[in-house]
Formats: sequence, C-alpha cells, structure tokens
Amino acid sequence: MRENTVLDVRHLRRAFPRPGGGELLVLDDVNLTLHKGEIVGLLGRSGSGKSTLLRLISGLAEPQGGEITYLGQKIDGPPAGIAMVFQGFALLPWLTVFENVQLGLEAQHIPAKEARARALAAIDLIGLDGYESAYPRELSGGMRQRVGFARAMVVNPNVLLMDEPFSALDVLTAENLRTDFLELWAEGQLPIQCVILVTHNIEEAVLMCDRVLLFSTNPGRVTGEIRIDLPHPRNRNDPRFGDLVDRIYVEMTAGRIARAEQQRAGLRAGIGMLLPRVSSNLISGLLETVAAEPFNGTADLPDIASDLQMEIDELFPVAETLELLRFARLEGGDIVLTEAGKRFAEAELDERKRMFRRRLLVHVPLAVLISRVLDERETHSAPKRRFLDELEDHMTPDAAEDTLRALIGWARFGELFAYDDETGMLSLENPS
Amino acid sequence: MRLLPPVSVEWNRLAPSRWSGTWLSPWDIAAALLVVGFVVLFALVSRNLVSPLASLPAEPSSLDPRLLPEYALRTSLRMLIAMGVSLLFTFTYATWAAKSPRMGPLLIALLDILQSVPILGFISITVVFFLSLTPGRMFGAELAAVFAIFTSQAWNMAFSFYQSLRTVPDELTEAGRVFGLSAWARFWRIETPFAMPSLIWNMMMSMSGGWFFVVAAEAISVGHTTIALPGIGSYIALAITERNMHAILWAIGAMLVVILIYDQLLFRPLVAWARRFRIDQQEGDDEPAPPWALLVLRRSKLMDRLALPFQTAMRWSYRQKPPALATPLPQGPSRRIASDVLWYGLLAVAAAAALWQGWLFFGHEISWHELQEVLLLAFFTFLRVAVLIALASAVWTPIGIYVGLRPRLTAIVQPIAQFLAAFPANLLFPVAVSLIVAFQLNPDIWLSPLMILGTQWYILFNVIAGASAIPRDFRDVAAGFQVRGLQWWRRIALPAVFPYYITGAITASGGSWNASIVAEIANWGDRTLEARGLGAYIADATTKGDYAHIALGIVVMAVVVTLVNRAFWRPLFRYAERKYRLA
Repeated sequence: MRENTVLDVRHLRRAFPRPGGGELLVLDDVNLTLHKGEIVGLLGRSGSGKSTLLRLISGLAEPQGGEITYLGQKIDGPPAGIAMVFQGFALLPWLTVFENVQLGLEAQHIPAKEARARALAAIDLIGLDGYESAYPRELSGGMRQRVGFARAMVVNPNVLLMDEPFSALDVLTAENLRTDFLELWAEGQLPIQCVILVTHNIEEAVLMCDRVLLFSTNPGRVTGEIRIDLPHPRNRNDPRFGDLVDRIYVEMTAGRIARAEQQRAGLRAGIGMLLPRVSSNLISGLLETVAAEPFNGTADLPDIASDLQMEIDELFPVAETLELLRFARLEGGDIVLTEAGKRFAEAELDERKRMFRRRLLVHVPLAVLISRVLDERETHSAPKRRFLDELEDHMTPDAAEDTLRALIGWARFGELFAYDDETGMLSLENPS
Repeated sequence: MRLLPPVSVEWNRLAPSRWSGTWLSPWDIAAALLVVGFVVLFALVSRNLVSPLASLPAEPSSLDPRLLPEYALRTSLRMLIAMGVSLLFTFTYATWAAKSPRMGPLLIALLDILQSVPILGFISITVVFFLSLTPGRMFGAELAAVFAIFTSQAWNMAFSFYQSLRTVPDELTEAGRVFGLSAWARFWRIETPFAMPSLIWNMMMSMSGGWFFVVAAEAISVGHTTIALPGIGSYIALAITERNMHAILWAIGAMLVVILIYDQLLFRPLVAWARRFRIDQQEGDDEPAPPWALLVLRRSKLMDRLALPFQTAMRWSYRQKPPALATPLPQGPSRRIASDVLWYGLLAVAAAAALWQGWLFFGHEISWHELQEVLLLAFFTFLRVAVLIALASAVWTPIGIYVGLRPRLTAIVQPIAQFLAAFPANLLFPVAVSLIVAFQLNPDIWLSPLMILGTQWYILFNVIAGASAIPRDFRDVAAGFQVRGLQWWRRIALPAVFPYYITGAITASGGSWNASIVAEIANWGDRTLEARGLGAYIADATTKGDYAHIALGIVVMAVVVTLVNRAFWRPLFRYAERKYRLA
C-alpha cells in the first residue's frame, strides 16, 4: 500500500434480503483505492450501486462484506474527515446560507468565533459573498449547490464525496460550476485532498477526473478503469478528449454485452430479465433517427447522445431495448440497425405494431408467459399481482413493478394485451 | 383575509401506512383491547372512590356580563395549557412511534383507536379520578378539564408529527449525519422544523375542536360529583338553568372575541412563521403579507430577546456528545428473536388480561339484552350521522363549488366558514332547544341537526378550496368543448372537488359522532329533550354516575366509529387520492 493512500475499499459487498429468502446483490466485490491529490470518477447507469458505494464510504450505511478503511481506520459511522455534496443539494430550507454552511462546524465543537470566521471564508471562497443572509429558496439552483459545496469545504474534509452534484442543474450552470470547482482545485485553494465523483455523464467524468471506474449494473461491479492524463484545463474539442469519451462508450457497451450473454446463458427461463421503462415513442424515435441521414443505419453513440441531448442514463436503456428486440446491435460504441430495425423505421403504424408484437413474443420471456396465462384462462384475464409475485422471486418489489410496467407499456403499443389500472387486471380484451 | 388550504384532522390517520393493505391488523385488535382495558380500569377506580366533592367552591352564581372577561381568560388559559401538554405528548409519543420498529405499529394502532373514543366519554370516566387526586380543591377539577381538552387535541397532532417524521427527505437526514449532527440535534434542526407546517395546521384544527369540549368540560356532573369551573362553559350552564337568553348571547359574544384574538395573536403569526419550514416552497410563490402581529413581534425584537437564552441552551445541547444509549448495540439474531418473543408475549398477555378484565366487568353488569339495546341505539345514532352528512353534502357541495369558482366570493365566504367551524356550536343549543319546545317538534328528528351544526362547515370550506384549485385549463377545456349543465357537473366539477369533499366529510362525520353526546340530549331550564341514540345513552349514564353503562357506551361508540372509518371512509379516501387527486 502506498504512503499517500487516503481511502481503501476492499471486497465490498452490499445486499438486501429478498422477501422469499436469499438476497439481492447491489454491490459485489468492489475494490477502490483513493490517493492524495486525485479525483476519481464512478461512472455507471442508475442502479449500478455507485450512490450506494458513496453512502457506504461516508458511513451512512453498513456493508455486508468487505472493508472500508479511511487513513488506516475501519469506518463505522460517519467519520469526521469525509464530507458530501448531494444531488438534491440537501440544504435546510429554514436556515440561511450562513447557518447552513455553519451546520457541520457546530456539530464539531468549534468555538463560535472561529466557526463564524471559517464559514465566512468558505462562503467567500465559493463565490457566495453577499448571499450570507439569504434563504435557499431565494437562490437559483446553481447558487444552492454552491452553498452545498461551501458547507462541505468548511469542515476541511480530507475526502470530498460528490453524488451527481451537477445533474440537477441546467447545462450552462453545471458547466460554470464545474469550471469554477476545477479552477479552485488546480490552484490548490480547496482544503480537500481527494475527491470521489459519482456521475452518469461521460463527458463530465473525462473533464474532471484523473481516473474513472466503470460500473456494471445488477449487481454493481467495477468492470474497468480508465486513466485520464490530460492536463487541466481540459478542452472538449481536443481530439484526445473525444477519443477518451469514445473509449468509455466502447467499454461500457462491451461490458454490457458480455453480461447480456451471461444472462442469456444463465437464465434460460428469462423471467428474471429486468426491463427498462422506455416508451414506444422513444423506441420509434431512435430507430427513425439512426435509419435517417446522416447516420444511415449506423451511429456512433457519443455522437447521437450529443445530437439528441441525451445522457447515457437516458440513451442506454433505449439502445438496449432495441438490442433486446433485435432491432439493433451495439458494437464498439456504435449502434447498428438490423434489417428488422430498418424495416420498422420505414413501416406504417399498423405494420410497426405487428412487428413489435411478434418481437415481444419471441424475445421477451415475460411477454410469452403473460400471453400464455391469459390465453389459457377462461376469462382471458389475470391480476397483475399474480405476475408480480413471480417476478419478485427474481428481483426487488420495486424492480418487479418497473419491469411489469415497462412490459405493459410495450404490450399496449403492440396491442398484445390490455391492462386496467383501476382493477389491476391484465386481459386480452380490447376496451369497449 | 388569506385563504387557508383544506385541512382535516382525519387526513393523517387515513394516509397510506404499512398496514394499508389490511383491513384490521393484529395491532388494531391488541390496541382495541388495551383501550377497553383502560376504560374499564378507570370505570372501576371511579366507582370505588368516595365522591369527595361536597364542598367544591360554588359554581358561578351570577350572570353578570362583567364577569365574562375573566371567565374567558380562564377558559382560554385551560386551552393553552392543554395545548402545551398535547405538544409534549406529540414530541414524545409520535417520536417513539416513528423511531421504534417494535413499538411503532402498536402505538399507531392505539392512536387510531383512541381517536375514535368519544371525548366526553373520557371526561365521564376520569373526572372522579382526577378530583380524588386533590380532595376538596379546585385543582383536581382543573386537571380533569385540561385532560378532556387534551384528549380532543393530542391525537391528530401526534399523527401529523408521526407522518412527518416518516417522510423527512433522505438527503436531509443523510446530510445531518455526514456533517456529524447527533440524533438530538437532528431531531430539533431537521426533523421538527420539517414537521412544523403540518403540525401547526393540526394545532389550529385541535384548537377549533377544543373550544367545543372546553365549554362542555367546565360544567359536568357525573352522579353526585359536579364540576363547575369558573369559565364560559359554566356561565352558559348557569344561563341555561336560569333560562336567561341575554346571558347566552353575551357568552356567544365573548366566545367570538376570544376566538378572534386567538386567531389574530397566535395562529396567524404562527402560520406565517411556519412558511419558512416548507420544503417545497419556491421564490415567488404568492406570499401573503405577514400578519400585523408577526410584524410587530419581528420589528420589536422582543421575541429575539426572549428566545436568546433558550437558543443558547439549545446550541449548547447540540454540541454535547450523544449518550452511549443513543447508538443501539448490535444484537445477534438469537438475542433479537428472544427479545421479540418476550415482547410479543408480553403484549399478548396484556391484551388477554384486558379482555378478561372487560369480560368480568361487563359480564357482571350488562345483560345480553342490554347489549342489544345499546347496539340498536348505536344504529340510531349511526343513521342520524349518515343522513345528516348526506344532507349537508347535498346542500354544501354545489354551494361550495359555486363559491370556489368565484375568487372574490371565495375571499369572503372561506374565512367565515372556517370561523364557523371553530365556533363551539354547543353555545347555540339552547337557542335550538327553545325553538323545538316552542313549536312542539319531535326531538328524535329535530335534535339531530345539532350534531352537525358545527361540523358541516368542514364540508363547505374543503369543497370551496377544491373548486378554487380547479386548474384554469380544465375550465377552458369545458368552455371550449361546450361542456355544460349536468355533463359539466359529472365530468368536471364533482370529480375535481371529490378528494377535498372526502376530506371534509370524514372530518364532519367524526365530529358529529363526538357531538352526539351533547346533542342528543338537551336542556332548557327544567325542560329536557332527549333523542334515542348512543350519545344520549352515554350522557344519561354520566348523569346517573353509572360507570358500567358509561364504559359500555364508550366502548361501543369507539368500535362503531373505528369500523365505519375502516370499512367506509378509508377505502373511499384511498380511491379519491388515487383517481382524482390532481398533481
């Protein structure tokens, strides 16, 4: 272990008990070492457990296995030298900017006079001068997150944890805040030694981090590590920047494909497949876009993401759904339409519905199960609960609900079966 | 005056909970048995205490209106003290319920059952007990009155606080923990402020309800025991005995003034102050001008100076290391199972003991025939409440919608409706009784409207609030597609106000059950009118000091109210929330 190791995560495991026995893995065998002076990015889709990892590191939750040491000490409960910046800011609306910033100092037995001076200095540093007596509700989102930063800085933490700190902000504000933060960091003005940044924005990760760890979903595992050696300030138009973004896309889709293969082999029944809640409009829209000029059936994912202003969290589920239904393949950071995908893009609505329906019945085991049950029953209807119970053998109740909801949405588009939310019944009948 | 959002003391208990799928949980049954045990215990104690009250200082003997300011002051002080006790109860009981996975379900079920127990029933069975605490002195009587008011205020406040504690946003709690706040500091700096707005609304509702019961609690006789505390309630009691209409009008006037003062000096400033604790608030929300009382307080810095020592003490307490007790020791699974068995075992034994005690008590005193009779009476009262709520709905829903769609009319009517809901309607009973006597009407029918006299306003002001919240878009759609007449009511107006109406109707129904004890039996001088019903039954038994029958009446009413809530209102409320709630 190197001298300047600040934080060390070894074989971390986090799981929840499943209602029917057994457990659901959220994080599996995660390793991470954090050194002085670096910013490490955790990049992954939602549900990859990266926020969970952050909460384990901050001592808010306890792992089921493995160990986290901070400066050689095992973590149990929030340690004093680790501070956090939250996605939703987490400011107390009944306290002023100044009082919010002072919150952590009060808890640390800091004498009132010193606390005051330090809070004012942090407010000054982060560019909030003049806003001391404002209430959070009077501030814009960007200003609120600045308060969040000041509140974290003022306790002079060794480690700063950032949980998607810019994702609740608009594009311009986020960029402004990122640049300001990097400037202070590069000038060594921040009282912090290292940073962990959780994000699902690939460009943000390349812009800010020295290393990026890629996370897979279900369970969350580290599937790769990419070192980013570009000098600060980094330029998005630098070709090397673009290459790194591309590389991350490739790795993330590659990791995904390997896992899908595994899933196909392991779960022949396939009921346990998680389905993303993607609307049929998005599916049609992406197919049309990729089929049309200038992509003509093959598109670079980073290109299309920036064209459509979508983050990977939004784009990947759609792309994966296309792949699941064999409308497209994901290859090395590209999305390539299959013949069926091209035909779909050109077809009229009725033909689209027909294709969609057929593909659901071939490639989505849950759709097969539901249609079979509805066919066999005399009433041609069955309660939603019946299928949820079956799904919950494989996933959490929330995931089961989401998966079934996703399929109901697709089935409605493909006119495979109907669903009445009032009675909670799935049926083959069309509404009268 | 500013519009108040729709509020209901009943909302909290109907909001989805862990047991939302179950109609009656095991916890409900345990809680119901414990409450029965409690009622029976008090009835037994009360019966065995020698009535110590021959020489209580006399009730007010004069109806001189000049006494009224002092009486009003005393009455409102009782309210204030009870409110303090209720707050204390709220902070401890609700916190315990929210933080303890083991006690939580039982405590909440208990709260739900307690909320169904008629409030005047509480006073009937506890008054002798309180008086015996300080024989021959007023203090015991004051305690009894304060306890009665407490039972009318505390439950819904505790419910609201519990709900808030359960819904504090995770990020806020996490921020508190990451930045090293102790559990104590998090409670006062994060959880309590978060709960404040809804707690203050519930305090206001409690206060409104409390006026009704303080007036009833100041002059009450249980058997040979008579309480007559100097206050507006006993003043009215005397006025009724002496058939003095002038005095009654004076008392009504005094009550009006007291409620107005409370509203202006206490609640308006409190509500305005609590706005800062609202978490969803954006800059530029239509923020009303702060009420004058709050402005005066703020500008004078009086509050700042008074609060300073308190604040300093709190700040000091936040800095203290939490005691070791606060961090629960990790338990092995075997120890947890062992303590679970112990706890559930204890609970089962307590419930069984309560059941046995109740069986002994009632089995001894009450025949099956009597029980049937009481159930029949409960049915009569149920019928009254149901018919009255239906009537009030039919009258007030269209009026409420009409008013709610007209902002200027709303601004006039809404505060009046809310004020009427706060006004203790029992002050008007004498007027009604003298009318019934004068026209020789049938009391079984004509006493009934008294039950809903004070509670119908909840329906009106909730519907008004619902109608004024109908989005501009809906009304434009209706106008654009020429949706009119019956279709407009069926497709737009009624569905849009439905959740609001339900909230109001639930509150009105609960209030009417409570009012039945006062409303089904009424006096004017030496004339007594009585309607057949459970309320009159309890009132009669109270006058006779017949504890077995008081207890039976209370238990039956609590059970009926709980069942009506579970079987009718709760499903309806969920349905309204799911299908018709906009947002």
